[in-house]
Amino acid sequence: MAEVKLYGWWSSPFTHRIEVALKLKGVEYEFISEDVRNKSPSLLKYNPVLKKIPVLVHNGKPICESLVILEYIDETWEVGPSLLPKDPYERAMVRFWAKLLDEKCFPAMRNAFLSIGEEQEKAKEESTELLKFLEGTLSGNKFFGGDTIGMVDIVANFISYWFIIVQELAGLQVLTKEKFPKLCEWMDEYLNSDIIRENLPHKDKLTAIYQARFLDAAAANAAVAGGGGSPK
Amino acid sequence: MAPEKELVQLIGFWGSPYVLSVRWALKLKGIEYEYHEENLLKKSPLLLQYNPVYKKVPVLLHNGKPLVESLMIIQYIDETWKQNPLQPQDPYERAKTLFWAKFAHEKCIAPMVSSFFKIGEEQEKCVKEACEHLRTLESALEEGKRFFGGETIGFVDIAAAWMGCWARIIEEILSVKLIDEEKMPRLIAWFSNVVEVPALKECMPPTQNLLEHNIKFRKFLVAAAERLQSVPLTGN
Repeated sequence: MAEVKLYGWWSSPFTHRIEVALKLKGVEYEFISEDVRNKSPSLLKYNPVLKKIPVLVHNGKPICESLVILEYIDETWEVGPSLLPKDPYERAMVRFWAKLLDEKCFPAMRNAFLSIGEEQEKAKEESTELLKFLEGTLSGNKFFGGDTIGMVDIVANFISYWFIIVQELAGLQVLTKEKFPKLCEWMDEYLNSDIIRENLPHKDKLTAIYQARFLDAAAANAAVAGGGGSPK
Repeated sequence: MAPEKELVQLIGFWGSPYVLSVRWALKLKGIEYEYHEENLLKKSPLLLQYNPVYKKVPVLLHNGKPLVESLMIIQYIDETWKQNPLQPQDPYERAKTLFWAKFAHEKCIAPMVSSFFKIGEEQEKCVKEACEHLRTLESALEEGKRFFGGETIGFVDIAAAWMGCWARIIEEILSVKLIDEEKMPRLIAWFSNVVEVPALKECMPPTQNLLEHNIKFRKFLVAAAERLQSVPLTGN
């Protein structure tokens, strides 16, 4: 029986974060694919509260929520690069940015992709404001973590890859080189670094599923606008 | 070991439960600090300078360096001052406490607070959501244990047990039911166990003052109902 199991889904940026962290630490693990449309008894047993992926199971003990899992990995496997700094103030800064990314950036950027009209404009503005904060923290550093990849880089993964794909699908101009030169440089560094480059989900497959989601959302928005039915 | 000259300052609002949870952490650690009361209707340049992203209280300043967001501030306090640890040493146990503190904040407290800013169907939805998650939190509490993690007060207690008091205030003002005596006996006992700890009780603002303040606040929100937005007067 594997000591470390990761329940996740190939296309999820949250799952991807954990895979990257485990690989950076050189931890061997068993990946168990979980389709959240058809949750397995194991997933419901290990995450009865939120019923979501990713879930890390270490020696039979489950840890849920990607930010919690990342801290757990860093504290449990002290070999390999540190995902969080040792200094308490710098750790607090890492947690601050991670929370901002998940609670504000992710929903805003998702809405910018899936909504239309005024809601979309608002989401685009919010995304831009948040990206400005991120751009500001990258002064002179290759990564948010400094010279090496850290927790903030890993948590910001959805910006570097997933958002770029959906931005193109939706014809958005939110994250551009002109507006965010440092973030774009960071994206290049991040996506081209060893562990990341070798472990990204296949771009065409990812594009296909987001294209389907985009079309579904567009149809639902059109139905609402035309008064023809309720949105999904 | 903390350096000899420590300056700890807390920017807060007397009626904010998030500020209260930070005061609890500071109190339990025996940390002396200066307190600055903020007028949330007219935020000071200082607050906007130290928390430009969220513009909220609490803000902790440690030797001039700002920290924001109550859960993160409490983690920082625990990692900087090692006496009376609030979090377990074991990484798995620590992950569990972090999970439940975040769950309490994001799933119980957030919809509870949201309900206060809403009316009609939207309010009902928030109340329903809060109740559902409070029942989950109830099941996470162990029978017979005084505090969340056992017999010693800890991270989840400081982060979230104040919600009992605020839930009662919301119930009274909105005429809704959040805490079910029959279905949530462990929660009710837990709320009481935590707030009755003498050091923590000392920091609690008088319930009557909180009630009066929030009645006024609710009237203000109802009057502006057409343009109701999330006004972060109670911090985060």
